[in-house]
Amino acid sequence: MNKDIYILGIETSCDETAASIVKNGREIVSNVVASQIESHKRFGGVVPEIASRHHVEQITLVIEEALQLAGMNPHQLDAVAVTEGPGLVGALLIGVNAAKAFAFAHQLPLVGVHHIAGHIYANRLEQEMEFPLLALVISGGHTELIHMKEHGDFTVIGETRDDAAGEAYDKVARTLNLPYPGGPHIDRLAHASDEAVVFPRIWLEEGSYDFSFSGLKSSVLNYMHNAAQRGEQVAPESVAAGFQNSVVEVVTGKTMRAAEEYGVRQVIAAGGVAANKGLRRSLEEAFEEKGVPFYIPSLPLCTDNAAMIAAAGTIMYEKGLYGNMAMNGRPGMPLTSWI
Amino acid sequence: MIYLGIDTSNSPLAIALMEDGVVLIEETSNLKINHSLTAMPAIEEMMKKAKVLPADLTHIAVAEGPGSYTGVRIGLTIAKTLAWSLKIPLHPVSSLKVLAANGQGFDGLVCPIMDARRGTAFIGLYEGVSLEPVIADQHSDVKSFLLKAKELGLPILFTGVDVALHEALIIEVLGGAAHFSGVQNRLPRASNLILLAQDTVESDVHHAVPEYRRITEAEANYNKAQEGKIL
Ligand SMILES: [Zn+2]
Repeated sequence: MNKDIYILGIETSCDETAASIVKNGREIVSNVVASQIESHKRFGGVVPEIASRHHVEQITLVIEEALQLAGMNPHQLDAVAVTEGPGLVGALLIGVNAAKAFAFAHQLPLVGVHHIAGHIYANRLEQEMEFPLLALVISGGHTELIHMKEHGDFTVIGETRDDAAGEAYDKVARTLNLPYPGGPHIDRLAHASDEAVVFPRIWLEEGSYDFSFSGLKSSVLNYMHNAAQRGEQVAPESVAAGFQNSVVEVVTGKTMRAAEEYGVRQVIAAGGVAANKGLRRSLEEAFEEKGVPFYIPSLPLCTDNAAMIAAAGTIMYEKGLYGNMAMNGRPGMPLTSWI
Repeated sequence: MIYLGIDTSNSPLAIALMEDGVVLIEETSNLKINHSLTAMPAIEEMMKKAKVLPADLTHIAVAEGPGSYTGVRIGLTIAKTLAWSLKIPLHPVSSLKVLAANGQGFDGLVCPIMDARRGTAFIGLYEGVSLEPVIADQHSDVKSFLLKAKELGLPILFTGVDVALHEALIIEVLGGAAHFSGVQNRLPRASNLILLAQDTVESDVHHAVPEYRRITEAEANYNKAQEGKIL
């Protein structure tokens, strides 16, 4: 019988300080997330310097809690996995340096994980992955379609050319005077509306799997501006619904087409925006009709967390892809395959 | 007792190991290399040379700031995580006091300076022999700080890698009262950090935070906007 593998995951790429212990890459033993949303709310978005200040205050507390909840000692761990990039540089390097110091203190192997690989592997904590697979990663920082032939093999087939979907949600929310973060508010408003303003669908050139949301965002801003100039009242629900319809239709359409073209056996979604009810329902219905298995992890695993980093890190650990004490936070780290 | 000292609060990197009051090894570099990349490899290498294992460490001393925000955080994150992981005490020390220790023994006052751009600096004033603070560490306009220091009417020794940037102004304000440490005494030394740490009480590891001595720009702007609203 093979020995069980226990990995400590650490994630500090944006505004969550997180640590988790995962068994065999599939089972969450403990999962701790210290969110900073309250601290950034008054600024209307994440302030990098404040995020870094919070990480340094929370980091050892969060790791200790992950060990305590798991009832484990550091010597029972097999390795430490940490988000190496991409993300905010000042935020990443807190996690990286804490991971290096912890690994050094306990003489454990260190594994540097790509944040997006982490989001994809969040699914494996609830549902075993089947290849070939298509992953839609959609969050405040990312909108990507990734094709995987096997574990650790990543081909980015589409990505955003301007704003990430979550960024567009936040900006539109701001124009509608909704609090930060805007995604859940727009989602809720959109559901409360029977009417929807029609905004353009940005498909880009024929056959492209790339995304663009800045044009859509501008249309919404123009619509609001013109209405204000004419002294017209705007129903925020119908604007939210119109914006969301446009995002959902394009994202669902491209994901469907990619799933067909690549003949995948499974489609998974991940990232904070994947938790959006409107998008979730649209994708679920579309893939149910096609008969392609489609999964989205539960909400705490959609948003940034360290269990996903430990899950992806487990595969890297098994492949012997270790880092060393010279690891650094890499804000623009590309997603490369592990094979 | 083996102390590991770490100072990454400004561009120099200073690390040292001290066993029972004896310096085993000390390294200081001023190569403006990214601390996030180099601090841990340097610590690992130094401990290997000294044949000290992580589990042999009994105390961690760290420069807690002020200084470069990122630099201070890297040192503190490493120090906190090592101290907590190894279950040993953490001793944070002012990074300006570490610099001031370069001038210990000076008959007068010692003024450590770290440049913070636009005519400002992280700056403090210490008694030359006891190293007791005379004016607290702060982020200040350099000229107004010098004028305050001048009122004390004592000779002042300036130290820190950034002294050169403010030398002309210092002479202009203080004239003959201004003294300057030699260039070899302007870098922080982690052995000094450890010696200072030995006199401090250990801090609660989880709650040890950098002493930035300055709020973030976002907070300053926010506070300004709030004031406007009240008026
Ligand atoms: Zn994320």
